[in-house]
Amino acid sequence: MSIEISDVNKRFGDFVALEDVNVSLPTGQLTALLGPSGGGKSTLLRIIAGLEKADTGTVSIEGVDATRMSPQKRNVGFVFQHYAVFKHMSVAKNVAFGLEIRKRPKDEVRARVDELLRLVHLSQFADRLPSQLSGGQRQRMALARALAVQPKVLLLDEPFGALDAKVRKELREWLRRLHDEVPVTTVFVTHDQEEAMEVADEIVVINDGRIEQVGTPDSLYDRPANDFVMGFLGEVTRLGDVRLRPHDIEISRSPDLAGSSPADVLRLTRVGFEVRLVAGTEDGREVSVVTTRAHARSLGLAEGERVWLTPSSGAATVPAMTPLVRAELAG
Amino acid sequence: MVELPLPARWAVRLIALAYVFFLVGWPVITLAQRAFADGWSNFSQAFADPDVTHALLVTLEISVWAVVINTVFGVGMALLLVRYEFPGKRVLSAFIDVPMSMSPVVIGLALMLVYSGRYGWFGPTLEAHGFVVIFNSPGMVMATCFVALPLVVREVVPVLEEIGDDQEQAARSLGANAVQVFRRITLPAVKWAVVYGVVLSLARCLGEFGALKIVSGNLTGQTQTAPLVVEQKYNNFAQGEAYAVSFLLVLISVLCLLVVSLLRPQESSS
Repeated sequence: MSIEISDVNKRFGDFVALEDVNVSLPTGQLTALLGPSGGGKSTLLRIIAGLEKADTGTVSIEGVDATRMSPQKRNVGFVFQHYAVFKHMSVAKNVAFGLEIRKRPKDEVRARVDELLRLVHLSQFADRLPSQLSGGQRQRMALARALAVQPKVLLLDEPFGALDAKVRKELREWLRRLHDEVPVTTVFVTHDQEEAMEVADEIVVINDGRIEQVGTPDSLYDRPANDFVMGFLGEVTRLGDVRLRPHDIEISRSPDLAGSSPADVLRLTRVGFEVRLVAGTEDGREVSVVTTRAHARSLGLAEGERVWLTPSSGAATVPAMTPLVRAELAG
Repeated sequence: MVELPLPARWAVRLIALAYVFFLVGWPVITLAQRAFADGWSNFSQAFADPDVTHALLVTLEISVWAVVINTVFGVGMALLLVRYEFPGKRVLSAFIDVPMSMSPVVIGLALMLVYSGRYGWFGPTLEAHGFVVIFNSPGMVMATCFVALPLVVREVVPVLEEIGDDQEQAARSLGANAVQVFRRITLPAVKWAVVYGVVLSLARCLGEFGALKIVSGNLTGQTQTAPLVVEQKYNNFAQGEAYAVSFLLVLISVLCLLVVSLLRPQESSS
């Protein structure tokens, strides 16, 4: 295991940012720290980098205890959400920074900078100032700068958060490919579950300073440990006593499946190839169901029709908490 | 921007111009006229007096020392105020502005009370160890530093706040130590603010009168500075020479401000 975090606690005044965090991040993989804003994921990343100190607990990187090590000794690459480019230096100088600090020979620095600029497709911009680059280009430069020192781990703090949707999508695909070419242990923070699912080998879900679940994107999506993980990774609806994904509900026009619940179609919306419908069950609840357009047509679905709903076999479900239980917990 | 009708715009411009002309322009022009009343003779007379040339050198020496000290401490204090949290931070910040609101004469008197060799609180101890502060260069440098204290700090603080500490953190994560971060990242980023602060401080230091008159003792040919020599010449009916030295001081200040205004656009375009 590349990064071991044990019993880490961190408070900012009265605010608990991290509470008893224990996690191992595997070597050579791309791991996402996923969770809502203010959940503690950036704090955890900054503690790994040494930019923030944990109140208690230890961090070890590649078997070396780094808890009290200063950031410049940890040999980690860090990429910031707002790029943190060195404004007064050219692109090439930015990338060369870490190598020049390490007093590497000039020829070696030049060769390495050329190689990295090629890797991030910025060779033709080597002599420009960062202010002459677009946001996506700046972030690629920041990535090259972090990779230049051949870090043991690469840490990215919401790396695509400040970019527009199209560039963000391109860059995340590019990051995935880059990681396959240069397999350095990478940890990135994101609040976008789609980004995490698409890019990461492994996802650590963090909420309210605690780790909710660790696993591969598939295992998290199919076997969420709790209500929060399920809700955060995708749409959730409630059918009878379980919570499940709207596309995991089967629709039939007759009560021939065991455990099916009767419902009336209240609303029907077509979005591209899929059909979303809201049905009212006999206990007065609304259930949302997603199905394909072809299936909806073959069933002859329309508003006001009666249908029978069943959780499909193998659907990821968690028991629904009744409002009464919630009230008791809150009290 | 507020859009004013044309006549109102002209009226506003005229009032502003007239205000500056009667307050600053006319007196300075008259001063220059008087200085050059007999061609260069006022200047040659003034420069023939060794006390005048000595006073100019003293002013230069004191100002350079004060500016150097103020720059080092100014940048240091700006970093302290922006990058670190500590108890008493707001008190320190308020104290830095004290010289702005205090008469320089009062500053001079306050320094006397602490460092005077005869009745000062700390002065006799220092003089016993052979370190004379009052009526001597150290006291004069201190008084000048005091007067110009906020100028560098107040230029650098907003720039440091604007750039944030992202770049410094990035440099640290790339292996730079504190000195390398300061030299390679922080200093280049605040460079123009420092230059601007230095030039302003220099102009302020060269013209300092009140505080220096108290702590220097105004000893002709020894601790007398250029502004003090102006006063003395004027009182001794050598007005021509007083105007000549005054013109020289004005010229240096104007040059300083010119340098600053040339630097400003460079700062915004970089």
